[in-house]
Amino acid sequence: MAQEIIFAFVQYLLYFVLLVAGAVVFGKAFYKIYKGEPVFCKRLTLKLEGKLFSFMGIDGQKPMTAKNYILSITCFSVLSLVIFIAGLMLQGVLPLNPEKVDGMNFALAFNTAVSFITNTNWQAYSGETGLSYLSQMTLLTVQNFLSGAVGISVLFALMRGFLSRGKTNLGNFWADIIRITIFMLPVCFVASLLLVMDGVPQTFLGSVSYTTLEGEKGILYLGPGASQIVIKQLFTNGGGFWGVNSAHPYENPTPFTNLIQTLSILWIPAGLCFTFGKAVKEENKGEKTKNQGIAIFKAMTILFVVCLAVCTCFEYMGGIKLQNVASFGNIEGKEVRFGVAGSSLWAVATTSASNGSVNAMHDSFTSLGGMITLFLMMLGEIVYGGVGCGLYGMIAFVILTVFIAGLMVGRTPEYLNKKIGSFDMKMVCLIILTPVLFLLISTAATVMLKSAQTWSAPGAHGFTQILYAFASMSNNNGSAFAGLNVNNTWVNIVGGIVMLLVRYIPMFATVYLASSLGRKKQVASSQGTLQTTTPLFIGLLIAVILIVGALSFFPALSLGPIAEFLN
Amino acid sequence: MKKSNLHKKGQNIAKTHHGKGDNLKNSPNVDESIGVKKGQMINKKILGDSLKQSVIKLNPKTQIKNPVMFVVYLGAIFTTVLFFLSLGGIKDASSFYILGVSLILWFTSLFGNFAEAIAEGRGRAQAESLKKTRRDVVAKRLKSPSLEAEYEEVKSTDLKVGDIILVKAGEQIAMDGEVIMGVASVDESAITGESAPVIRESGGDRSAVTGGTTVTSDWLIIKVTTSAGKSFLDKMIAMVEGASRKKTPNEIALQILLITLTIIFLVVSATLLPFSKFATQKAGQGTPIGLTNIIALLVCLAPTTIGALLSSIGIAGMARLNKENVLATSGRAIEAAGDVDVLLLDKTGTITLGNRQASQFIPVNGCSIRDLAEAAQLSSIADETAEGRSIVILSKNLFGLRGKEIAKLNANFIEFSAQTRMSGVDIGAESIRKGSVDAIKNYVTSRGGVFPKECEEVAQRVANEGGTPLVVCKNERVLGVIYLKDIVKDGVKEKFEDLRKIGIKTIMITGDNPMTAAAIAAEAGVDDFVSEATPETKLALIKDLQQKGHLVAMTGDGTNDAPALAQADVAVAMNSGTQAAKEAGNMVDLDSSPTKLIQVVRIGKQLLMTRGALTTFSIANDIAKYFAIIPILFASIYPGLKSLNFMGLTSPVTAILSSVIYNALIIIALIPLSIRGVKYKEKPASKMLKNNLLIYGLGGVIAPFIFIKLFDVILTLIGIV
Repeated sequence: MAQEIIFAFVQYLLYFVLLVAGAVVFGKAFYKIYKGEPVFCKRLTLKLEGKLFSFMGIDGQKPMTAKNYILSITCFSVLSLVIFIAGLMLQGVLPLNPEKVDGMNFALAFNTAVSFITNTNWQAYSGETGLSYLSQMTLLTVQNFLSGAVGISVLFALMRGFLSRGKTNLGNFWADIIRITIFMLPVCFVASLLLVMDGVPQTFLGSVSYTTLEGEKGILYLGPGASQIVIKQLFTNGGGFWGVNSAHPYENPTPFTNLIQTLSILWIPAGLCFTFGKAVKEENKGEKTKNQGIAIFKAMTILFVVCLAVCTCFEYMGGIKLQNVASFGNIEGKEVRFGVAGSSLWAVATTSASNGSVNAMHDSFTSLGGMITLFLMMLGEIVYGGVGCGLYGMIAFVILTVFIAGLMVGRTPEYLNKKIGSFDMKMVCLIILTPVLFLLISTAATVMLKSAQTWSAPGAHGFTQILYAFASMSNNNGSAFAGLNVNNTWVNIVGGIVMLLVRYIPMFATVYLASSLGRKKQVASSQGTLQTTTPLFIGLLIAVILIVGALSFFPALSLGPIAEFLN
Repeated sequence: MKKSNLHKKGQNIAKTHHGKGDNLKNSPNVDESIGVKKGQMINKKILGDSLKQSVIKLNPKTQIKNPVMFVVYLGAIFTTVLFFLSLGGIKDASSFYILGVSLILWFTSLFGNFAEAIAEGRGRAQAESLKKTRRDVVAKRLKSPSLEAEYEEVKSTDLKVGDIILVKAGEQIAMDGEVIMGVASVDESAITGESAPVIRESGGDRSAVTGGTTVTSDWLIIKVTTSAGKSFLDKMIAMVEGASRKKTPNEIALQILLITLTIIFLVVSATLLPFSKFATQKAGQGTPIGLTNIIALLVCLAPTTIGALLSSIGIAGMARLNKENVLATSGRAIEAAGDVDVLLLDKTGTITLGNRQASQFIPVNGCSIRDLAEAAQLSSIADETAEGRSIVILSKNLFGLRGKEIAKLNANFIEFSAQTRMSGVDIGAESIRKGSVDAIKNYVTSRGGVFPKECEEVAQRVANEGGTPLVVCKNERVLGVIYLKDIVKDGVKEKFEDLRKIGIKTIMITGDNPMTAAAIAAEAGVDDFVSEATPETKLALIKDLQQKGHLVAMTGDGTNDAPALAQADVAVAMNSGTQAAKEAGNMVDLDSSPTKLIQVVRIGKQLLMTRGALTTFSIANDIAKYFAIIPILFASIYPGLKSLNFMGLTSPVTAILSSVIYNALIIIALIPLSIRGVKYKEKPASKMLKNNLLIYGLGGVIAPFIFIKLFDVILTLIGIV
């Protein structure tokens, strides 16, 4: 056991070194995109960009107003949604369908479409039997790119709002998502080759049938997997090609692919902190300020490390203990090739970012180990969080902290030299409040259904399952606790609506926040200004996040995992 | 009155704060304020009045203005209904228990009202005494602005803007106005609380008079500038009454946060109904949580402490400002004061004592220092200005020269005049004169004398050191220079040091030349200075600072200060100043003391800190309340949860009652803090944050654990289980 723990520690350490290194690289790349500069092959990229802009009739230099920005996101999302739903319902008659998969019913198609355009990737179907290759490639994979890009573009808008002086410049939504996608395509191409190298399928051949030694018939579902898996991890989508996601031996065959995938879950969400920090620093050149992005990164990392440590401890301590038999911890529902450490790391990473892909069954985690993953989602997906949306959600918490702490130093609150007024607080409260309310209300509505009793396991665990499902959807995570029967019209429709609202209400609030902040002039900082990079502030930020989370969910958790643990 | 500052060299603004009626006042800080004695914020009358008000405020129209407390109010009504239903047999708990919860919620509501009422109380008392002043008087309306003109008697309420009125000694001034003729002393105690009368005269910066004040000597002809109902006195009454008190921007922002928290807790509590029902089915045991308990939980969790005290903090902030004899036109101005990071301070009166004092005699031309001192003394004996007196005192101290009997001297004293810019004395054939370098130079050369180069050098040196040189001559012979020194006030250096710690920059504004200004700036320890300042440079400076993102505070009194006052974020106008200045500023200092600005900033900061501290305290409290209520409430469903009840509370009934009792009493307990404000000391932001977090954050976590346990023990002993 002691050896196991040392092993886990070494594994985590290696993971962190690679995580930070990769995050810094991605942070720099995204800073270039933020500034509208090409990352690779300068001339080629600019040419491609120009061609796309002129084809679509976009003036990439022309900044948008908040209204325009929101209108663009809405049009883009509605169009995506309609195409997505139609594509899924009609996939039976469309080409590239070697498995002869039927079209989906409306409820499931709606749920799936919403889930992918909102970067949630909640899956109430199994990819290998429920989707054609065409759907996988042109609907899911495309939205994996685009939904992430939308999140990042809104973050960029917020950053521009904070950093503009006196006049709002939110940037251009279309220009941002095009630039982000142009950057991501070659990155994903290279990364998917890495996965293919270790055996992840990337083929148009249909399934392969086989007969086992006992004479049993079996089917191996193949398909164009690698290309989708890479982007699902990098852009915190998390929707698996195969039903059991990254626990599937094709989706995640080796410890190497596991390492790459676990890293790519957090590389970009963490990297964007560095982008933010660099942008703030560049804008306030000459002023001796510490890096705001790193301060936020530290707060996120502390929360992450604590959760990881707690989860790992419970997973190692849990499990069946037999006399004279070495215990490897709670191994139920975990893949042997990843072990307790590899599975715990993934579970914490995927729920702290709003990724939602899994390499083990969270349902089988110990009650408190599983509660950590649940709680991380309940915090609002801000510990790294989804690409873009994680950081803007975190910034909302920073503003909330600044608001309370700022008053205590005897000034009206300000962050990054912008005064936080009542309109800004309204937007911040919307960002923080929305997921909390929808989680509680949708869970309450569901448990009031008579049939809900039969969907879930008996005892407190049954409540945890339902709570987890709606926590996952109402925070755009998409991970499943398993064990719960989720493919029914109620969960599909209610879940779909919840996913839409919790994605777009905070997103639009962020755009309005950006525009309101942009209009404000910058105030000078002095000795009397609250420093937002000190350990004290980072500690306070963490406390505010935990208190808001705990106050909102302690009663619910005590009827779920806590009761489970204590009984 | 003599303008002694005309001795200044260089560009000069004929405006300083000293001398404006100050010599009629003995002390600028009189301890008697308007109606209510200072230091005694609450007396019996206010207390009784507030008790009455807290019941009156139960009106739903008043309650809905404070959403957090409105939730408590609805909860109280709802539990009352539940109580009556329980009497009829429909119940989820014992009637006695429901009645208990209901009563405590009503008290919580009343306590919230009481907090507001008591903060308003002082204002109400103050307003009452002001209203007594505002009675109808008969004014003498003149046909033309002349003392001999005919007049008709009209009621003050019938006066219109532009009317000309005559006020004689012993009469009350009927309406706010501008003096257009005459000089008189005016008793303004009705407004400022200060008994010593002040001088009001036409022209210049002392021409504004306020309705309700009384002329004590001579007469004034006044042009009415406001109409009835809009006078300064009316505004003041409205302000102290809180009638015109609008919620300030920061208050609104905080309220949004509080409403958000309340919505979250509303949903958290409400969803516990289905959650616990579902859990009982899953667990196969226990009872779902009842409506009374849900409401009690909601009221405990909602940020009622800060919700109840929020408006009283704001009102008390205003009251603290009033106590300093400063009136703010809006709460917004007080908040802005907390944010100010640049103070523009007039040198005279704020940084230096109003008057320069003689500190040295420097003889030239081979004159002995004693002769110089004697001549200087002679020339100053009849000079009643502070500078003149200081010369007499210095020569007395240095050489024991006693003041001579003026009558015996048979001397002819020459008063200072703006034309000659000299003063002095003629005794027989001897003409002694003292004045500015230029003036004496002219005087000496016109009499055929030579103005020595040595003297010019000495004068230059004195100016460079921050002093003002006064040259003394006897007939055509220059005797030497009197070194008039600007005396930096005691303790200002430390004060500026404190301000620097909290990130506030001080900029000294003076009409002096750069050399003099630099010397004084260095001595006083200000961060920066502007010399040879004019109202225009002031305005430009403020605009420039604001462009760079600073918030600027200043004081001013003259009409020519008005643009700068209007531009500044916090502008304190002197009550002694002109009407234009008072209207341009967002605060009026009734004491007309330029140092008040620092006090104003302090009050602003303290107000914001109190808000932040109580918000933190209120939220931190919830942690303990959760641990008190939730485990014991769900223990019937999942008995294992009992282990989280580490406070060892007796039963769900005592746990919930203790929590709601704590919740109600903490409001009462914190009323003094909300009115007094949290302790404030100039410290860097990080230290202030650390201190406040320790007291109100950590304290807020710990306090309810102790008290809820205490109440639980008491309730258990009484036998309520």
